[in-house]
Amino acid sequence: MKSLALISVVITGWLLLSAVGDFPDWGDPDSPANSYRLSQHFVTETFHETAVPNMVTAVLADYRGYDTMFETVVIFTAGIAIISILRVFRTEDPGAGGPKVYEKRPDLIVDTTCRLMIPIIQLFALYVIAHGHHSPGGGFQGGVIFGASFILIALSRDMQAAHKWVPERRVLNLAGIGILIYAGFGLASMFLGYNFLDYAILHKIIPATPIEARYHSMLGVEIGVAFTVTAIMYSIYSNLASKGTMKEGL
Amino acid sequence: MIEQAPALILLFPFFASIIVALAGIRVPGVSFPLTVISMFASVLSSVAVLVRVMNDGVIRYKLGGWEPPMGIEFRIDALGALVATAVSAVGLLAAIYSKRQVPAETGDRVSQYYTLYLLLMTGLLGMVITGDAFNLFVLIEVSALTSYALIAMGPRRASLAAYKYVIMGTIGASFYLLGVGYLYIKTGSLNMVDIHEQLIARGIFDSTAILVAFILITVGVWIKMAFFPLHAWLPNSYAYAPTTSSAVLGPLVTKVMIYVMIRLTFTVFGADYTFGQLEWSEVVVWMSVAAILVGSISALAQTDLRKMLAYLIIAEVGYMVGGVWLADDIGLIGSIYHIIADAFMTLCVFLFAGIIFAKTGKRDLNALDGLFTKMPLTMVGFLVGAFSLIGIPPTAGFFSKWYLIQGGIASGNWEYVIALLVSSLINAVLFFRIIEIAYFGAKPAEGHGDHHHAESHDSKISEAPLSMLFPLLATAALLLAIGLYNKDIVAIIAEFVSLSNLGAILP
Amino acid sequence: MEFFEVISAKFNYWIYVIIMMIGLYAMIAKNNMVKKLIGMSIFQTAIILFYVSIGVKDGATIPILYHDQVHAGHHHDDHGETAHHESTDDHHASTSGDHETDKYGYPTRHAPDVVIDGNDFANPLVHVLMLTAIVVGVATLGVGLAITQKLHREFGTIEENEIHDLIKSGK
Repeated sequence: MKSLALISVVITGWLLLSAVGDFPDWGDPDSPANSYRLSQHFVTETFHETAVPNMVTAVLADYRGYDTMFETVVIFTAGIAIISILRVFRTEDPGAGGPKVYEKRPDLIVDTTCRLMIPIIQLFALYVIAHGHHSPGGGFQGGVIFGASFILIALSRDMQAAHKWVPERRVLNLAGIGILIYAGFGLASMFLGYNFLDYAILHKIIPATPIEARYHSMLGVEIGVAFTVTAIMYSIYSNLASKGTMKEGL
Repeated sequence: MIEQAPALILLFPFFASIIVALAGIRVPGVSFPLTVISMFASVLSSVAVLVRVMNDGVIRYKLGGWEPPMGIEFRIDALGALVATAVSAVGLLAAIYSKRQVPAETGDRVSQYYTLYLLLMTGLLGMVITGDAFNLFVLIEVSALTSYALIAMGPRRASLAAYKYVIMGTIGASFYLLGVGYLYIKTGSLNMVDIHEQLIARGIFDSTAILVAFILITVGVWIKMAFFPLHAWLPNSYAYAPTTSSAVLGPLVTKVMIYVMIRLTFTVFGADYTFGQLEWSEVVVWMSVAAILVGSISALAQTDLRKMLAYLIIAEVGYMVGGVWLADDIGLIGSIYHIIADAFMTLCVFLFAGIIFAKTGKRDLNALDGLFTKMPLTMVGFLVGAFSLIGIPPTAGFFSKWYLIQGGIASGNWEYVIALLVSSLINAVLFFRIIEIAYFGAKPAEGHGDHHHAESHDSKISEAPLSMLFPLLATAALLLAIGLYNKDIVAIIAEFVSLSNLGAILP
Repeated sequence: MEFFEVISAKFNYWIYVIIMMIGLYAMIAKNNMVKKLIGMSIFQTAIILFYVSIGVKDGATIPILYHDQVHAGHHHDDHGETAHHESTDDHHASTSGDHETDKYGYPTRHAPDVVIDGNDFANPLVHVLMLTAIVVGVATLGVGLAITQKLHREFGTIEENEIHDLIKSGK
């Protein structure tokens, strides 16, 4: 196996490096990728066309919104896939073999610190989601931070404590609803007579100009993304950490 | 609403998957009807799009209303519409078959199974109609992640196969992503048509980066379609997966990847570059000859029915890749025709294998002992599929092979013609062996007592239930229909081939 | 020395290839399934590095407009509108070009007075693409780990050759 690996690494590496001479220098503003009308348009026109100062958010949620919808679907798929592969739905325990479920007394210092930190983490997550139009952030980043707060609950106490906040069924509902929110914006524009995900037409149902409708719809889809990412991040953690039993975590 | 039909092709299964995920946890019973209804709606949309493409030419559907290349677009030509129709039809038939098997094989995960199933169909249909190179990557990953899970839900050997598929599939997808990156760094664009226009406008066909991009993309797609020698992940994955999974993955994943190869070859790089500038046709045709022979001979060595069929897929991939790289318009027509025909004939034989597994609980060929008298209709359906794989007229398989052989002769690739004929012969041996076992009974394998026991067990076997029989017979009927109406299908394919500029670059 | 300059001008590509090959080697050569997945993660991260390094421009900052520009946009917008109402006929011609509206009276461009220099900001497209690639990487890694755990549950090991031996011995 080792020699096969070495051979494929050498061949692939040589192939990839042979093209380096053809590439533009690092940081070259005149390289085709940076100077072509695609990236120029995204830099100079995004603000005029969507009113969003953060170009990454605008390109992510509007120009390439269809990609981003499927990106959310990828996360959702991973969550469902892990449940379908790993989850053990039967409740009865085989007795021998499995780790015993024991009462864990929460440590005072850990517990107090997490109790103080979790609200702040969640507040920050909401800020990252809501302020994604003006600063680095957005649904994915905020969703991951929010999901991390639930993981912290599960880590600092035990998985049952986290389950009180986010039972499994609620997690799956949140994930599905997140995608429905995203796709719902697309469907709404379709029913109003424009193409799928063309938010501009939504100015007919929300009090805004077409450009502002794009701005507000982007916030909407980012919230949908955040729902799904939050839910699935926690779901992935809880399934992997408990080996699919959802009883005892790390 | 007809303007929205291109998006509806994949939005029906997409929305259905989310609704199945939400509602199926509470009421598992809604999963199956929702799946079938949404796939049926998807078939209708694809047919509507196909009719529109034939009347008005290429459809471009701008997502989000942005002008390409700024936004993502669907770009559906005759080839895309035809393949989308075939993919959604296969998805519908396999979904009907799944009615009894999914609860039987996946236990309490019915809603998750159907969610993944519908997401797989969404991903595959999206790959067929998208016009954006990066969006294609995202959809490849959607369909790949679902296939990993659909395979890993099988018994324990399936998990090991799925793990290997994860590793190989990721390498393939990453190579593709890297290839798109190399194209992007040289052209600055991601839209397939726009990349091609930029390649011409900048005059960079001689660049090493474009060559490396071509190699990366081609090899990445080859890994995904299990082209010899990159096929190692396929046989076990399809052989040990739940039967519904292999009935949908077997016909679709490899075929859609071949479609992707054709799309990238002709739309992004262009026939002039692929076949004119690079002189690799000979090498690739020889590789496909090896794929055909290795696939067929390995199939001959198998006693496990589904594993045998999985090796046949590898041989069929060799047919199609070879057919494209013959660099001949008739070969290309044959190759595309074979995508359609092979999707249905693979579905037919995998449905048959699934029915046998459901009825007898056994995987090997001896399970077929004397089934002609017990399940006559099932065997009739299987016979059509088998004849098609062998290439007996008037089934679809005969006509696609006819065009492939004509292409091979026209381009002077005799080794390809011979490999095709040898492989057809091996298929004939394989399937007549099965027919012999099913008609005359198997030889008693292990002792007299065992055989007696087996017989008393077998006597319970009767005709398959309607939910399994209907898709099998419908597929068989479609195979005959595709064969009989070959002129009309070739007319659709010729619409694409005439635009591919293949005739002009031939020596 | 010249060789060094050639490499240093394009060092990002060299680094990404090296990292990627480390990952590829681990994916093929390692026997432990989790190590293979770690290799896969390295492999995918290298591609992210490659893409992001394409979008770098000398002297450019992250692709988010400066606060001043956004603010100036709103300021000029208000100012522009009042100017529009009060303008005389010959001024009207010059301002109407900036403040185009569609047939329903909605502006076609937001804050048309703001001038954005294309070279001030890095290429946002690659960041968007890589956000997708990161998500895909996380998803693949999660599914891979889940399959590994299932294998461990069923075979009691995550060494690939041991699993092969177990299957061969018919367990």
